[in-house]
Amino acid sequence: MFQIRIHGRGGQGVVSASELLSVAAFSEGKFSQSFPSFGSERMGAPVQAFARISDSNITIREPVMEPDMLIIQDPTLFHAIDVFDGAKTDGYILINSSRTTEELGIEEKTSLYPANHVMTLPATEIAIKYIKQPKPNTVLLGAFAALSHMIQIPALEDAIRGKFPKKIAEPNIAATTAGYNHILKQLEQIQG
Amino acid sequence: MLHQMSGSIAVAKAVALCRPDVVPCYPITPQTHIVEHLSVLVKSGQLKNCTYENVESEFSSMSFCIGSSAAGARTYTATASQGLLYMMEAVYNASGLGLPIVMTLGNRAIGAPINIWNDHSDAMSVRDAGWIQLFVESNQQAVDVHIQAFKLAEALSLPVMVNMDGFILTHAITRVDLPEQEQVDQFLPSFVPRQKLDTQSPLSIGAMVGPDAFTEVRYLAHHKQKEALAIIEQQADEFLEIFGRDSGGLIKTYFADDADIVFVAMGSVVGTMQELVHELREEGFSVGILSLRSFRPFPANAICNALKNAKKAIVFEKSFAVGMGGILASEIHMATQRYIGEELKIKSVIGGLGGRTITKKSLKKLVECANKDELDDEVFMDLDGGTVVRELKRQQDGQTSGPAAENILRDIGVVSASKTH
Repeated sequence: MFQIRIHGRGGQGVVSASELLSVAAFSEGKFSQSFPSFGSERMGAPVQAFARISDSNITIREPVMEPDMLIIQDPTLFHAIDVFDGAKTDGYILINSSRTTEELGIEEKTSLYPANHVMTLPATEIAIKYIKQPKPNTVLLGAFAALSHMIQIPALEDAIRGKFPKKIAEPNIAATTAGYNHILKQLEQIQG
Repeated sequence: MLHQMSGSIAVAKAVALCRPDVVPCYPITPQTHIVEHLSVLVKSGQLKNCTYENVESEFSSMSFCIGSSAAGARTYTATASQGLLYMMEAVYNASGLGLPIVMTLGNRAIGAPINIWNDHSDAMSVRDAGWIQLFVESNQQAVDVHIQAFKLAEALSLPVMVNMDGFILTHAITRVDLPEQEQVDQFLPSFVPRQKLDTQSPLSIGAMVGPDAFTEVRYLAHHKQKEALAIIEQQADEFLEIFGRDSGGLIKTYFADDADIVFVAMGSVVGTMQELVHELREEGFSVGILSLRSFRPFPANAICNALKNAKKAIVFEKSFAVGMGGILASEIHMATQRYIGEELKIKSVIGGLGGRTITKKSLKKLVECANKDELDDEVFMDLDGGTVVRELKRQQDGQTSGPAAENILRDIGVVSASKTH
């Protein structure tokens, strides 16, 4: 079972991201589950959402305590909560930021991970370019696909088309692809 | 057909497959998405010949249900928590009058302190209201049990409440197999009411009954619930035959036959327990689960049969009777004392209150303690004793310590507001 925890703030599409992930995994024939950290949601408040992907039925209901993949949609959260809590150091981390982990001051945590498992990318900037809105979630889903290989881009595209009307879906699909390509390029650079 | 969708949407679609005639609703978290989606299905014409009414309160909602069901219409509604309390008088009337209404309860805590999250306080507040009360472990079961609920309600002429954990199930997006309309039509015949208000053939429903017959009318309600025990099993078998899924029934056991320690629980926590039991079995623990799918009627015989080889039962429940303790634990104790005796030790565990996360880790600790004979008879799982002791001290220190809930929020740092007095 592959477990994902997404951290962000209310209004950034954290819950939608976890839902899209689970729908995409489902359409590839896998079992999946997603749910938000339940609360009275409001703009700007820290929000978490969870997803699990497995080859067999998933019955567990606890929040993801030991994520294989952490997605940080808002780097200001590093100062607010311990987003790394329970994360497996052989897992992956995706951070929405144009800065490096060193510049973000989280090198101490991220240096425990293999180099090609921790990636930062300017997802908000990419989102503004493609969807004209500072919603980094679909960019990060593309990045997730490139980093984890847990889902393929066509499944994400279908999930986005299933959730949103065409006018919203198409720019988001372009954003997803951009996120995917961005991480692929970074991985190629690391591997030389 | 397989879908990936939220529990609420799945339930709305399952209810629509049952062809309800009347759906009066009042939204309340965490069930709102169910009635919201039903309104979409009616408005868009996907659910035909259905009257949907967004009424002005839960009291009106259940009163509307009583009226429409008495007029012979297949009737559905949903509520939770304070909403259920607000309709309480009508809830008792629905069962007392023998009206086969189906209601989803998106289980949620009851205030004060106000809390929108999951526990079973609302379900337990109506445990004596005369309704059939079923619990589901997953969204697939939620779909399947709603379909069975209509058939059960109409077979007995009794209202049925399907309890579904708020947020944990209603808001979780998982795989569900939605049945085909033809399958549901095959399983669930059209509604033939046992009693019906009809201007062509007038009768009255809801007579005043005095001391000369009240006992007999109430006894019959009890008798009917006991009759339901066999019908619930029978319908689960019939469901399995048509839909190929084992959903519903009175109880479900997981590795309980040869287990020394058996969890007894209701609802979604059983899913987490299942994963834990697989792990613990590999570690050599003799542990299993008894999931109660029917709480009313209370399947005492089935429970005793499932626990007859166990040494300890850890009764885990998401609510309790303040000033008494575990409600389910008391009922399990009463049932097993009669048929099994004192060899079976009943341990009462209260957890998951007001949405507190139930972790595999904490559940595992219970089994480890029980295995070493170190589990107390009554445990409040993950209780922060320090916070409790500090508030008790504040109350001892002076008469004017103020509201406990606010004091505790300040104590744990959720609210930084300064003390007002």
